[in-house]
Amino acid sequence: MQSNPKYYLQGKDLSCIRDDRELFANLCFAVQRGQVLLLEGQNGSGKTSLLRIICGFREPDTGAVSWCGEEIPQSQYYSDMAYVGHLDGIKKELTVLENLRLSLALGQPGKLSIQQALEKVQLVGYDDTLIQALSAGQKRRLSLARLLITHNVLWILDEPFTSLDKQGITLVESLMAEHCANGGMMVMTSHHDVNLQGVDVQRIRLS
Amino acid sequence: MALFDAFSAIVRRDLVLAMRRRSEIANPVLFFILVITLFPLGIGAQPKLLQAIAPGIIWVSALLATMLSLDSLFRSDFDDGSLEQILLSPYPTSILVLGKITAHWLTTGLPLLIVAPLLAVFLGMPNQSLSILLITLLLGTPILSLIGAVGVALTVGLRRGGMILSLLVLPLYVPVLIFASNAVEMASTGLPVTAQINILISMLLMALVLAPWPTAAALKMSINS
Repeated sequence: MQSNPKYYLQGKDLSCIRDDRELFANLCFAVQRGQVLLLEGQNGSGKTSLLRIICGFREPDTGAVSWCGEEIPQSQYYSDMAYVGHLDGIKKELTVLENLRLSLALGQPGKLSIQQALEKVQLVGYDDTLIQALSAGQKRRLSLARLLITHNVLWILDEPFTSLDKQGITLVESLMAEHCANGGMMVMTSHHDVNLQGVDVQRIRLS
Repeated sequence: MALFDAFSAIVRRDLVLAMRRRSEIANPVLFFILVITLFPLGIGAQPKLLQAIAPGIIWVSALLATMLSLDSLFRSDFDDGSLEQILLSPYPTSILVLGKITAHWLTTGLPLLIVAPLLAVFLGMPNQSLSILLITLLLGTPILSLIGAVGVALTVGLRRGGMILSLLVLPLYVPVLIFASNAVEMASTGLPVTAQINILISMLLMALVLAPWPTAAALKMSINS
């Protein structure tokens, strides 16, 4: 990850119209390594829509998102980013280990092994537990563990603190701070106050 | 090789999931067996008639059984967000989708193939057409899964896509039905069937090459709704 210092994410003149309602217009941003872009705003203000545009799921009505100067969608982008959305993206009939193995197979191996990642999110000993038996907070931590096992620079997180307890929030914040300290970047939405010490946080307020 | 690993990981995952949701997998086969066993009861004591329409019965049932199983192809992945993760993978979506289709065929098409000989004997199908029936099923059911995948990918975002799905997919199934049941019928009278088999092979190859791309594109569209 340290080898390429030129990673950057840029949004230019983005606008999004949904059901004849303009959610935002002429939005510009740039995120560099070590930085966090925090999207704020009320429910329905277009935070998730913006995140989905940045993921490439949705096309912006005007403008473009680019990664390292090249417009998305492009294959390099998808091997540098990871997304955790409203939906966990984990299969409830599979075990913790099976879920993580699939994520690993779908991406490229990252810095941590599956066991190390489980240690980080405090899910050691749950390897062979079916997801059905996990609590909502544990599921959330598992979906965040996915970020640790695959290679990625950019984390796109939609409400990452949902259903986490206080301890879980602190844990995830420390993971985020560590990611940014290692030259990673993040785009996220959150209703909670995000407490990231020593990290350069940009805020965009959508209304 | 990483691409192949991703492909096989998807196939393996879907097979494990199928094993853990056995009742869902049993459904299409059960439907297939039920429909075919009901025909002799409905038609009564006319073995000649039954024998004559056996290829059609088996193939129509196989087609409907596949239709029945289609919705489950992407539904749960769509609902729990796994589909988003698949689309965000750096590997080509079409290959990953092909993995899902392969697993779908292994869990719905292959079981039909296994029970078909028994049911064919039950309908009084002559021995010489039995092997042709198996060949047509072997070639035809993957085509049904491949074409079906395009339809499901288009309708997975709709709450009630069932009706539209059948309208979209059934017309495309008709050629398979015609050539496959015709081959079996010809075989029972001892006529050569190479032409029909060749057409089925070419349809399978075409579906194999052409279906994954529109499926991937349609999934991207569905996820946007």
